[in-house]
Amino acid sequence: MSMRITRAVALRVLGQLRRDPRTIALIVAVPCVLMVLLQQLFGRHSPVFQDVGTPMLGLFPFITMFLVTSVTMLRERTSGTLERLMTLPLHKIDIVAGYGVAFAVVAVVQATVVSLLALGLLGLDVAGPNWLVVVLAVANAVLGSTLGLFVSAFAETEFQAVQFMPAVVLPQILLCGLFVARDQMATWLRAISYALPLTYAYDALARTAANDVSDVWFAIDCLVVVGSIALAIALGAATLRRRTA
Amino acid sequence: MTATAAITVVDLRVVRGDAVVLPGLSCEVEAGSVTGLLGPSGSGKSTFLRAIVGVQKVESGSVDVLGHPAGSAALRSRIGYMTQAPSVYGDLTVGENLVFFARVLDMPEAAVDRVLAEVSMEESRGRLVNRLSGGQRARVSLAAALLAEPDLLVLDEPTVGLDPVLRRDLWELFHRLTERGTTLLVSSHVMDEADRCHALLLLREGTLLAHATPAELRRQTGKENLEDVFLSLIEERT
Repeated sequence: MSMRITRAVALRVLGQLRRDPRTIALIVAVPCVLMVLLQQLFGRHSPVFQDVGTPMLGLFPFITMFLVTSVTMLRERTSGTLERLMTLPLHKIDIVAGYGVAFAVVAVVQATVVSLLALGLLGLDVAGPNWLVVVLAVANAVLGSTLGLFVSAFAETEFQAVQFMPAVVLPQILLCGLFVARDQMATWLRAISYALPLTYAYDALARTAANDVSDVWFAIDCLVVVGSIALAIALGAATLRRRTA
Repeated sequence: MTATAAITVVDLRVVRGDAVVLPGLSCEVEAGSVTGLLGPSGSGKSTFLRAIVGVQKVESGSVDVLGHPAGSAALRSRIGYMTQAPSVYGDLTVGENLVFFARVLDMPEAAVDRVLAEVSMEESRGRLVNRLSGGQRARVSLAAALLAEPDLLVLDEPTVGLDPVLRRDLWELFHRLTERGTTLLVSSHVMDEADRCHALLLLREGTLLAHATPAELRRQTGKENLEDVFLSLIEERT
């Protein structure tokens, strides 16, 4: 793995995004609007907004980055530039890591703006440290983008890539504990939820909201999220093929 | 294998889906020369070039490039490859594209100025690739392949859609590159470019019809026009 090439790929991806200000505006503005909707729907002091608000700060980046990354990567595959990259002296992991870094930078902007809005203007109360919410939101975004990179290997068109969002992301949201607490789920559903990375990302944010971060489970959550990111990067690199049919 | 072969291909067989694209191709490409790979669209030219740069799944046979098996990591800094469809980023400027590839290749920024001059695109450095014509895009793609001053250049139809002056300029560039020892393998479906090559590989339906110099082919078939040479070689076969 080369820092020089990872940096070059990340700068290039960011340069491409810079040419697409509308996408950047959507990435930042849409979660803000949804957050305002959520607060207005339930009310500032309602337990629902207070309980759901913090995990939402992680879910939004997870979903948007999953979509943006899988479509961007698919474009690289179909435009022939990936074939050119594969003939150059670089490691496949440099490409995937470069994408991960670029979208992490975007995620920092997104997560910071949405968190400031929610914690400030919208009156979301987080018992744990606020900076930890932002860090976890960025981790969610990186997790989303590395998963997006991985599944883009199974999509041949942009239509298919977009369909992977409901297929891969929605079950994780349903089972992560947001809608039904996991200890109230049927055993087989709980078993599945243990295998899904978003479960741990959600749990870490929920524990931060309740200032439950000195618990050993919080450390396990963080380890699993970091491990899932590393695994998704490795799988993403493995699905890039130097030789194609 | 002769001492001067840059590429040695033995019994190369490529199958894509249920179509046999290359049933068993053998040839050598001489180092320091311009070899033209000519044949109609669908004859297997791009597949052959992809096998040489090591991005094509191969069923059997061997491809050796500059003394290494095709696709070896050691070759990646020594081969410049230009795909048929321009493989550059449309939402970046010409300069941004080349700076990116230069960084990946660990080349200084001066290399970007050099290749822009080589393809006569200095004035377009700040333009977005999506706004360029097809021929200009192809030249940016070629410039990226020239960045690392590779020992072998594999160019898939580099002159398609270019005006005659630019085509002449590029062929002069190709010959200048051979003077510093570069080997070029250039595909084309335009017969009038064949005369600019030192050696020709004539490909049809995945089979090599001939491998000779333009002069030898004329002598062999008794035809002057290379289009007629190709036709009579096909008729000989059938």
